[in-house]
Amino acid sequence: MRIRCPHCGERALDEFTYLGDASVTRPDPTSPDAAGEFYAYAYERRNIAGPTQELWYHQAGCHSWLVVTRDTRTHEISDVKLAEDVASKRIKSTAGAA
Amino acid sequence: MPSDRYSIFSVLLEALRGQSGWRPAWRKASPKPAYDVILVGGGGHGLATAYYLAKRYGLSNVAVIEKGWVGSGNIGRNTTIVRSNYLLPGNVPFYETSMKLWEGLEQDINYNAMVSQRGVLNLYHSDGQRDAYARRGNAMRMHGVDAELLDTEAVRRMYPWLNFDDARFPIKGGLLQKRGGTVRHDAVAWGYARAADRLGVDIIENTEVTGFRIADGRISGVETTRGFIAAKKVGLACAGNSSRVAAMAGLNLPIESHVLQAFVSEGIKPLVDGVVTFGAGHFYISQSDKGGLVFGGDLDGYNSYAQRGNLPVVEDVIEGGMALMPRIGRVRLLRSWGGIMDMSMDGSPIIDQTPITGLYLNAGWCYGGFKATPASGLCFAHLIAKNEPHEVARGYRLDRFRTGHMIDEKGMGNQPNLH
Repeated sequence: MRIRCPHCGERALDEFTYLGDASVTRPDPTSPDAAGEFYAYAYERRNIAGPTQELWYHQAGCHSWLVVTRDTRTHEISDVKLAEDVASKRIKSTAGAA
Repeated sequence: MPSDRYSIFSVLLEALRGQSGWRPAWRKASPKPAYDVILVGGGGHGLATAYYLAKRYGLSNVAVIEKGWVGSGNIGRNTTIVRSNYLLPGNVPFYETSMKLWEGLEQDINYNAMVSQRGVLNLYHSDGQRDAYARRGNAMRMHGVDAELLDTEAVRRMYPWLNFDDARFPIKGGLLQKRGGTVRHDAVAWGYARAADRLGVDIIENTEVTGFRIADGRISGVETTRGFIAAKKVGLACAGNSSRVAAMAGLNLPIESHVLQAFVSEGIKPLVDGVVTFGAGHFYISQSDKGGLVFGGDLDGYNSYAQRGNLPVVEDVIEGGMALMPRIGRVRLLRSWGGIMDMSMDGSPIIDQTPITGLYLNAGWCYGGFKATPASGLCFAHLIAKNEPHEVARGYRLDRFRTGHMIDEKGMGNQPNLH
């Protein structure tokens, strides 16, 4: 498995560190069921067999956080984006919805 | 007359009549319309559960439904090690129960599972690690489990060819559990399948569960690729795929699926007569009865259902092996394989009822599913039959993360890829 970093190009897997699911967002601590939401956020996993978005850190490279779209059944990587781009897009879309 | 019970006499008899009297170890059962209990997953745990349900709890109207063939999952993809060298109160009695069941397994199920108590030795490399192992050994002995703390010389007498004077990780000694060892993994599946079948359990292979019929919070059966099968109770024992199967019942589990790789070398003359673990890295090795060195190491560390790993972990494991026993450097690697582990958030398993009445869960075995097979089956059967946890599996609750009662044997917190 090799990951194509947007800054550094295609690099070997051992340059990267895996963090986990990139599709979850930290719950609002002021929401009425904050305890339940934080439990789900910290412990429950969708654990999908198929394409998933996950966070990888290019530790031995440019130190970027990446959002990698990878199929957990085949290890095939279909997309890599910078996490900051994904996050700013997500903030814009929620701001637009509000 | 077909040979039904394996014994020295049946073996001799069959030798004389050209092996013509053996019959299949279990029937190729077709699903009946309804069962008292359906177990989803025909691996070690599902088959052991079916066996103990019939043998100890008197429930024989039971079906085991397996999407592939018996033994095609993790029971056939592991390194065959059994041990009960645990530290925490929630774990020690459970794994010791399993160890005791291993010791009587072959007589119990009339099947040669090649239970071999060749000893499990965990090496330590520093004073701190020695103290931790001394503590673990004491915890084991307080629970009636055998444990011996060895110094360098005692380890040297056992395995003089280990790399004792490694500059970074010199071997200072080890914690030995003599009753630990290895068991022929496929034979465990076949033996339990045969024994359960003899007690009337239907083992239904090549049939995939595609959904559950649930109404008013109670389960009434399973949808399969061969139609609907009704059941009063359904138990899930499908490690690796627990999240996917549970999701069909609307459950979101505290589990991730990760690949764990293992390796076997070409066959060589007897070298390692026990199981040795390298406490400095994550490397463990034993030798199969065919002569192959069987070894493994860390998880690949990211979610996977692929049943194969990637090169960085292969290199890491081999480096660990070379650091521990440099003489294996010229042995050729025969094959490697990857099993999909149910990694739970604290590294401990789940044997519990679910919020759906009649639906039971056996999952989250992390690395440790094989050694747990008999006790897992016994405790899951107890739970299903009596609707209350077996006394040695009380800690394995589904909601322990919510209530703060985690059993974190390795002290690594809620990071499934670290356990």
